[in-house]
Amino acid sequence: MGEVYPDKSVHFVLNGQSLEVPQETTILQVARDHGCTIPTLCYRDGCRPDGNCRACVVEIENERVLAPSCRRTVSEDMVVWTDSERVQKSRDTVLSLLAVEGGHAEGPTSAAVTESELSKWLDVFEIRPASPLGRASRTAVDQSHPGFTFDASVCINCDRCVRACQEEQVNGVIGVSGRGAETQIIFGLDDPVADSPCVGCGECVQACPTGALRLPEAVVTDDQKKVDSVCPYCGVGCALTFSVQDDQIIAVEGRDGPANHRRLCVKGRFGFDYIANPNRLTRPLIRRDDVPKDPELLQQAELGQFDWRSVFREATWDEALDMAANGLRHIRDQHGPNALAGFGSAKGSNEEAYLFQKFVRTAFGSNHVDHCTRLCHASSVAALLECIGSGAVSNQVQDILEADVALLIGCNPTVNHPVAATWMKNAADQGTQLIVADPRVTEISRHATDFLQIKPGSDIALVNAMLHVIVDHGLIDELFIEHRVGGFDQFKKHIQQFSPDVMSPICGVPVEQIVAAATRYATAERAMIFWGMGVSQHTHGTDNVRALIALAGITGQFGRPGTGLHPLRGQNNVQGASDAGLIPMMFPNYQRVTDPEARGWFESFWGQSLSATAGLTVVEIMSRVEHPETEAERMRGLYVMGENPAMSDPDLTHARSALARLEHLVVQDIFLTETALLADVVLPASAWPEKVGTVTNTDRMVQLGQAAVQPPGDAQADLWIIQQLAKRFGLNWQYAGTYHGVASVFEEMRTTMGSPFAGISWKRLQREQTVVYPCESEDQPGQGVVFIDRFPTESGRMRLVPTDYRGPDVVVDSEYPMAMITGRVLEHWHTGSMTRRASVLHQINPVPVVSMHPEDASAIGVQPNGSTAVLIRSRQGEVTACVRIDEAVAVGTLFMPFAFYEAAANVLTADKLDPTGKIPEFKHTPVSVQKTTAQPVVSGYT
Amino acid sequence: MIEAGAVQVRRGAGAYICGEESAMIESIEGKRGEPRHRPPYVAETGLFGRPTLVHNFESLYWVRDISERGANWFNAFGRHKRRGLRSFSVSGRVNRPGVKIAPAGISVIELIDEYCGGMADGHTFYGYMPGGASGGILPAHLGSVPLDFDTLQPYGCFIGSAAVVVLSEVDRARDAALNVMQFFVHESCGQCTPCRAGCEASAQLMQAPVWDLDALGNLGDVMRDASICGLGQAAPNAVACVEQYFNSEVSNG
Repeated sequence: MGEVYPDKSVHFVLNGQSLEVPQETTILQVARDHGCTIPTLCYRDGCRPDGNCRACVVEIENERVLAPSCRRTVSEDMVVWTDSERVQKSRDTVLSLLAVEGGHAEGPTSAAVTESELSKWLDVFEIRPASPLGRASRTAVDQSHPGFTFDASVCINCDRCVRACQEEQVNGVIGVSGRGAETQIIFGLDDPVADSPCVGCGECVQACPTGALRLPEAVVTDDQKKVDSVCPYCGVGCALTFSVQDDQIIAVEGRDGPANHRRLCVKGRFGFDYIANPNRLTRPLIRRDDVPKDPELLQQAELGQFDWRSVFREATWDEALDMAANGLRHIRDQHGPNALAGFGSAKGSNEEAYLFQKFVRTAFGSNHVDHCTRLCHASSVAALLECIGSGAVSNQVQDILEADVALLIGCNPTVNHPVAATWMKNAADQGTQLIVADPRVTEISRHATDFLQIKPGSDIALVNAMLHVIVDHGLIDELFIEHRVGGFDQFKKHIQQFSPDVMSPICGVPVEQIVAAATRYATAERAMIFWGMGVSQHTHGTDNVRALIALAGITGQFGRPGTGLHPLRGQNNVQGASDAGLIPMMFPNYQRVTDPEARGWFESFWGQSLSATAGLTVVEIMSRVEHPETEAERMRGLYVMGENPAMSDPDLTHARSALARLEHLVVQDIFLTETALLADVVLPASAWPEKVGTVTNTDRMVQLGQAAVQPPGDAQADLWIIQQLAKRFGLNWQYAGTYHGVASVFEEMRTTMGSPFAGISWKRLQREQTVVYPCESEDQPGQGVVFIDRFPTESGRMRLVPTDYRGPDVVVDSEYPMAMITGRVLEHWHTGSMTRRASVLHQINPVPVVSMHPEDASAIGVQPNGSTAVLIRSRQGEVTACVRIDEAVAVGTLFMPFAFYEAAANVLTADKLDPTGKIPEFKHTPVSVQKTTAQPVVSGYT
Repeated sequence: MIEAGAVQVRRGAGAYICGEESAMIESIEGKRGEPRHRPPYVAETGLFGRPTLVHNFESLYWVRDISERGANWFNAFGRHKRRGLRSFSVSGRVNRPGVKIAPAGISVIELIDEYCGGMADGHTFYGYMPGGASGGILPAHLGSVPLDFDTLQPYGCFIGSAAVVVLSEVDRARDAALNVMQFFVHESCGQCTPCRAGCEASAQLMQAPVWDLDALGNLGDVMRDASICGLGQAAPNAVACVEQYFNSEVSNG
């Protein structure tokens, strides 16, 4: 077979014109580049061409039949005609046959059909089907899924949806059944869509060229505009486009951004109407004098139909802002800066995060500012900063396509980073070997070469055993260790005690599997590690990550594409919020507040003196409300922006009691969340699609979001609210420019962050929409892979920190014999404040459930097909929820999402923290479970 | 001669399209029996991506005899300047239908008389399908054409699998043509538009007492030019034959 030289070109004749074109180009590409009009339907840019619709056929000299130009590549001296008589005749007939199949020979039909790609080609070539010849129409229209309709009667069997589902998103739902004219697209085993395994990613809807798969009907008006932005949900940072009409978002399309390339998940695509939910806060609220703060309120059954007027009264902005500021200032003046703290948002913009931490540091006068990273990757970031000097990912998600091996430990990407997971699945399809370690049989493990089902909380045992194998079998990268790693000799001695034989019973993984996985990882040319909450949310989370860092370090898996470490960042802007200094121990860009040089710089830059003591973290702040060591240390006032600790904090009974105990609580949010119910002042804020601002995803991509609609009622931009409070604290902030000076805030933030942002100006973001950091200068693209030659530590080397095996803080016993793991589900985001108010997402997944293995379920008398409720008890509290029987859950464990207030999982969890990362142990709580006849409450939010 | 297990047998489930070489390969690989695009040809990229030879069982059948008795022995058979032996599966209005090993190049009249005991009692030869469902339909007055590879092309037909169907005066060619078109409707894999929609549209048009020959011709051209595989490309053959040789059956007056 001849070799292919990408740069080689071939002589090619197109419609009589002689051309030189690069080898491996398709005829379609060349023809379109030269202005030929060729219809395509089954072909979709960026996807594998199938060549089944035959609309794109062209004539190749000396070939008996016409050829599909979307598939055929050019070859030397090939002569092609795109408009010969034969071609025109085929094209017209094919299009008229497709017109019939696509529903254009019938009467009036939906807008999705008349505006479809097929319809456009029929117009271009002036095709009118004469009579309904061809496939008899099917009348079945499936509207079972709340997000989209499947109308088989206008399907042309182009199979774009099949490729979208099987090859792009790799969800394996859509298939083809039957033969010939009876060929049909099916979901699952020819189930109604809602009963099939469909995850609602909507890739098929986006792919469909006829309107057979379409969004619910919306009358498109002339004033519809498209606004490009970024998804508000997870850290993948998918680019999208809002369709806006009458100041309402009516639809979302995937946009070709660097993180997602048009892909979305069910939340990004269908979860946008929470912003228009009638429960949106539209007026400032002040707590009525006669209503004390009672945490019991949150336990009340009918929370979904709660009447806010029973607790709050409306106020003007001035009154509310004055009261908010005065209350906080009074506490500072009476009790000192240590009596105040601020929780900023990982869902807000970088600019909001930057101003919020600046406000707390300069107005409150302390470093008690934190956000939900504390409950998420705090342990990961702590270990990363300690060992390699930088807390961000070393390689981006799509690097997995370059990796030979990827270890996915303690993460569930198909649920929590669905589009990132599609790249992982694509990589597996291309030959990347996945090693998956998790207590549960996750969806991604179906694509794994090695699935290591570990006991909950035993990660160190597994990883240390793998490290032992690598050292013992001589699989280390000696050169890398020699030049880039410190402390290896001590590390090597220490790891001796962690042989697979000893560790296997602890982690529950057979010795051979440990050896195989370790060998596979270490001997790979390029191997990458991804991890998530399963690793970080433990009292030994920091140790877990130290061990993972060592794994990559001693095998030299750094500094090249397809290698490195990727803690999958959860929130859409948790990376950015941390970068912007919304954390108690560091200023923007991780400069320690305790470092005199850094602090001196900020004092000079912000024009006032700053606290020299590192601040308290989220859970520490909460425990200081009711249980301070001394009165002087009691936390009395809290300013919360876009966070919901009354659902996300561990040990909710105490957390809620603490929130209620605060003398002054100001909550700035878009809904009356569980936390806001305990506030003194509630400030109605803006949702992401109503903002202009930047966010930073897990790949270190800084992306610009545009406002698509206005906030409802009197709700205001968060940026404005923070500035108003700052004014009332006597701070003279002047941020010039539109949208409350957002560009000026960005530029100021950038100045504080130094060289990683040196090349990312606001203007550049407006032009390019996404720029990766570190980016040294405006004309550089930004570095995807970092740590190429050195680590950003003083010595330039990685520091190996040996870890000892420590299991969970509290282990199961006879009284609480099962281990509960909290986490998330596909349709709901975190505490559910947004997604449970998004109509499609709520319809798909409305019921609070706890998942149990069938063996455990039957042991307590729960039948598979009943709708049984169980009472779950831990040392911290009890909760009633519906049971879902799930074989993927490990025997002896329970899985519970924390999104449902009616069965709030964090009532059960404990607030013991990892000593370094200060993160709670959400991934392991001893509980007892019993069947109950008490009916679990299922209310939702009206 | 060969090691045990060197020959693996796979059974199909009977779909006609799985007789198409690349669809057969797809089916053996566990996928839907849909023909592949060529190039690449299966001789380059075939079963599990490897170069593959696909042979008719009849060819393999003769290998032993030819290797034992020699090529000259085989070539000594034949009629009307054609060489070799063929198996013809003869059905229809003959006294003794069945599989007949006969010289290549034999004409259908000779085949009927010498191997099938003549036309069925009381039936007059009217026409015949020389090569299965895709081979076309010829009238009685072309009953002396030698039946072999490359001898029938000038008449718009081909030998295909040498499944010969004999028609008599009680039959109409248009019925046979509609029957095979409906067969193709049923057996088309459904991948490509010209075949999937074209066969069904043709079958609908062929039910009219008077055929719209322009419309059918148009569909036929596109099916020949733009179908992915031989099923769609050959499906219009019977229609074209009816138009050419049995026109009175489908026209006015």
